[in-house]
Amino acid sequence: MNTHGRSLHGGALARARRIWSLVRKETHQVVRDPSSIATGIVLPLILILLFGYGLSLDVTNVPIAVVLEAPTPEAAELAAGFQLSPYFDASLLTAMHEAETLMLERKVDAIVRIRPDFARELSLGAAEVQILVHGTDANKARIIQAYAQGAVAQWSARRAAEGKDPAAGPVLVRDRLWFNPANDSHHFLIPGLVVLVMTLIGALLTSMVMAREWERGTLESLFVTPVRIDEILLGKTIPYFVLGMIGLSLCLLAARFLFAVPVRGSIWVLAGASMLYLLVALGAGLFISTATRSQFVASQITVLVTFLPAFMLSGFLFDLRSMPAAVRALTTILPARYYVAVLQSSFLAGDVWGVIVPNTAALAVMAVVVLMLNRAITRKSLD
Amino acid sequence: MSTAASPPVLEGRSVSKGYRLPTGEAIQALDAVSVEVPRGTLTALVGPDGAGKTTLIRLSAGLISVDSGTLSVLGENVARHPERVQERLGYMPQRFGLYEDLTVGENLDLYADMHGVTAAERSARYPRLLGMTALEPFTRRLAGQLSGGMKQKLGLACTLVRSPELLLLDEPTVGVDPLSRRDLWAIITQLVREQGLTVLVSTSYLNEAERCDRSIVLREGKLLAQGPPTEVSELALGRVFLVQPPAGQSARSLQARLIDDPGIVDAVPEGGQVRVVTPGESGKDLAAGIALRGLEVAAAEPMFEDGFMTLLRSTPGEGLAAAGSMTLERPHHALREDVVVSVRELVRRFGSFVAVDRVSFEVRSGEIFGLLGPNGAGKTTTFRMLCGLLPASSGTLRVAGMDLRKARASARQRIGYVAQKFSLYGQLSVSENLEFFASAYGLHRRRRRERIAWALEEFELERMIRLPSGQLPGGYRQRLAMAIALLHEPEILFLDEPTSGADPLARREFWRRITALAEQGVTIIVTTHFMVEAEYCDRVAIMDAGRVLAQGTPAEVRGWTGAEPGHALTMEDAFIRIVESARGQATSRSEHAGGAA
Repeated sequence: MNTHGRSLHGGALARARRIWSLVRKETHQVVRDPSSIATGIVLPLILILLFGYGLSLDVTNVPIAVVLEAPTPEAAELAAGFQLSPYFDASLLTAMHEAETLMLERKVDAIVRIRPDFARELSLGAAEVQILVHGTDANKARIIQAYAQGAVAQWSARRAAEGKDPAAGPVLVRDRLWFNPANDSHHFLIPGLVVLVMTLIGALLTSMVMAREWERGTLESLFVTPVRIDEILLGKTIPYFVLGMIGLSLCLLAARFLFAVPVRGSIWVLAGASMLYLLVALGAGLFISTATRSQFVASQITVLVTFLPAFMLSGFLFDLRSMPAAVRALTTILPARYYVAVLQSSFLAGDVWGVIVPNTAALAVMAVVVLMLNRAITRKSLD
Repeated sequence: MSTAASPPVLEGRSVSKGYRLPTGEAIQALDAVSVEVPRGTLTALVGPDGAGKTTLIRLSAGLISVDSGTLSVLGENVARHPERVQERLGYMPQRFGLYEDLTVGENLDLYADMHGVTAAERSARYPRLLGMTALEPFTRRLAGQLSGGMKQKLGLACTLVRSPELLLLDEPTVGVDPLSRRDLWAIITQLVREQGLTVLVSTSYLNEAERCDRSIVLREGKLLAQGPPTEVSELALGRVFLVQPPAGQSARSLQARLIDDPGIVDAVPEGGQVRVVTPGESGKDLAAGIALRGLEVAAAEPMFEDGFMTLLRSTPGEGLAAAGSMTLERPHHALREDVVVSVRELVRRFGSFVAVDRVSFEVRSGEIFGLLGPNGAGKTTTFRMLCGLLPASSGTLRVAGMDLRKARASARQRIGYVAQKFSLYGQLSVSENLEFFASAYGLHRRRRRERIAWALEEFELERMIRLPSGQLPGGYRQRLAMAIALLHEPEILFLDEPTSGADPLARREFWRRITALAEQGVTIIVTTHFMVEAEYCDRVAIMDAGRVLAQGTPAEVRGWTGAEPGHALTMEDAFIRIVESARGQATSRSEHAGGAA
């Protein structure tokens, strides 16, 4: 009865067959289970659209009030500058108290006040424009302030060029943005998007499907077959790795064609670093699910330790250098941080090897450690 | 191959295994147990909840390892080389891990791939497996859409994709209806008799142990008996009697009196009489003599269950909880004749599927009414409509004179509902569950304290008060669920498969409480898979495919199919006959209709 003994079950061919069978099974499950499709495909798509169209850190069409207390030609010209600017939606008023009411009702975010003696002061070379900004949203306030200053500077530069103000020296503001010359926030949101999608598929989806096998008792049945634990782990890793790469491709296509964000560096560097990060995320997901054996707990923990840090602490949304030292120290163990560094280089700057090499190496080390950890803690045992 | 001299397939010597609960409490699941399973035999593993059955099976499958002692399976030390054993055995856990989003065929293929079964072997083996399990027409159906019985059969087929040398089955028939159970046993016996397979099967159906070659009886981690099942039955030899209730008394109330009597080992209603096991042989036992004085008594052949009860109750500490003395604070005094539940032509459709098809029945105050039927018969759907949880597609239903779907919420105060698998908050402790449900029922302050104190006392839950309900032993979970359903003193109690998976002791205790409640005027409607439990009911209805096939007192239902004189049909036989003949008619009708079209 026991003629087909260890040789057959232990052979490389038999192992490959078992892994292939597990991969096929997993694929069937992903395709048929709405919740997997939701996490693996729909959620990344929503994120792409949300980031692309909903979330933008650029400020346009800010409602402002321009108070023209004496309609001299110079003042009217400056007011027209605000009205024509794409950044502002300016309403023209003649009395300050009207503007203040609008500001208090939060119908406008800023007031530009051009005083009655503006023309006279201008001819003396010391004109003043008062800019009042609603400060509840500090970030936005700073941007509005800068835009408003920009509008005034532009106006005075134009006048100087026309030689209208021989007395007043034109103020030239030399402003230049590096790496994001279009000053389009999509350029730095896209790398973040890639990180989030990879984390979602890699860690969250994997932790849930593995915990589900513990919960439903399917692993208990599988354990009592010749299958080996590394085969089970590979059977889980391969399909979600492929799914993660599909997610990456979706993001790159969206970046290129939806948001016109180019990849400046090598696509191979980008793909290589993504694979490493995906392995780390998959490993983390598997580890959490094996430790918790419960879908609910696994998903909570995964969101807490992988998704949220990738969002907040990876440096894509908030600059690492402006974080408190303790938090900054914490980010050094976050794989997302190294991945974001590589992504920002690839998307925004090109192949900066001084950034790519150390960060990719860190990801590689983490991938090896996490996968070995999984191999060590997962046993064919219910003890 | 299977000679008497060959060593046992499974042999454990002083096997011990302990666990620590999350609460820190240590549990000795197996305590120096020595067992053996000879080659080519069918061995039953029986015992109450917490006996260590699952632990022994998992140890044998190499899923956990022994604390001390040795366990050898198929000649290997399973703790040392689990993988060598796992290649050669088949194991079906209590909840077989079918992949519900794979089809029947894909599940089979997966396990065949895991075991390296070649394509040639598959084409020889699959037709036989599918034929045996009657799953042939469903190979493309998702496993998640199979009925409970079919899932179990598929699980069994998956463990049989290649010939294992030892088959370990952990309660394969729990929650499975009598028809599917009969099919499963037919498959298992065929495997043993025709292919010489060795099988170790745990079960809480004691009549199943009777068909096995050998039995192993465990209790709280200790071995009580081991050997042919007849050895266990014979423990009750000369002590088993059928007692005729005196005129004017029901079998149920006689049974209630006898099982409460400390002079009696066991009493269960059976075919209008009461089957009694006495501690000593007839006439030699004084206490039993007093209990049975003045009753018409006839000696009966002992069965495995009688021996099992003798074994359990001869060991100390195994009395029934004081279930019989359970008293309501305020008994309900309705007239016995009042119809409290009335269902007429009730229909429920889900899309084109008719789950409940023109069901009619009536239940009178203080009655115990049983709804029996295979998985998917429509019992739970009927229950949900009665409790107002689901609207009916058509038909009328009145519970305590109201349609709960339309009545005010306060009307629900009059009913109690124990859902299938007991809807308790697993993370909350016993007292927190009670507190929560008491406030949900609108009990406040003094009244709440009184009712919770009542529940803790009557259901003997004080000992477990701090344990999260998810970690309660099965019997206690059932008690807590019942206590909660009774907190607001309902006059009608609905119980959906309350005894599924419960061991014989827990079931007796449960029914003793139910009969006590009925005596105090509570109307009980209950569904069950255990046909013997129908004997506790005043009236039963047998359902299949959404329709009521037979209805009446247990005696009437037993006589439904026309039993031959002198040969009493058991409830289970009657049930199988009724369902099969109805299904036969349905097929011939549809064939006829097909031919005419």
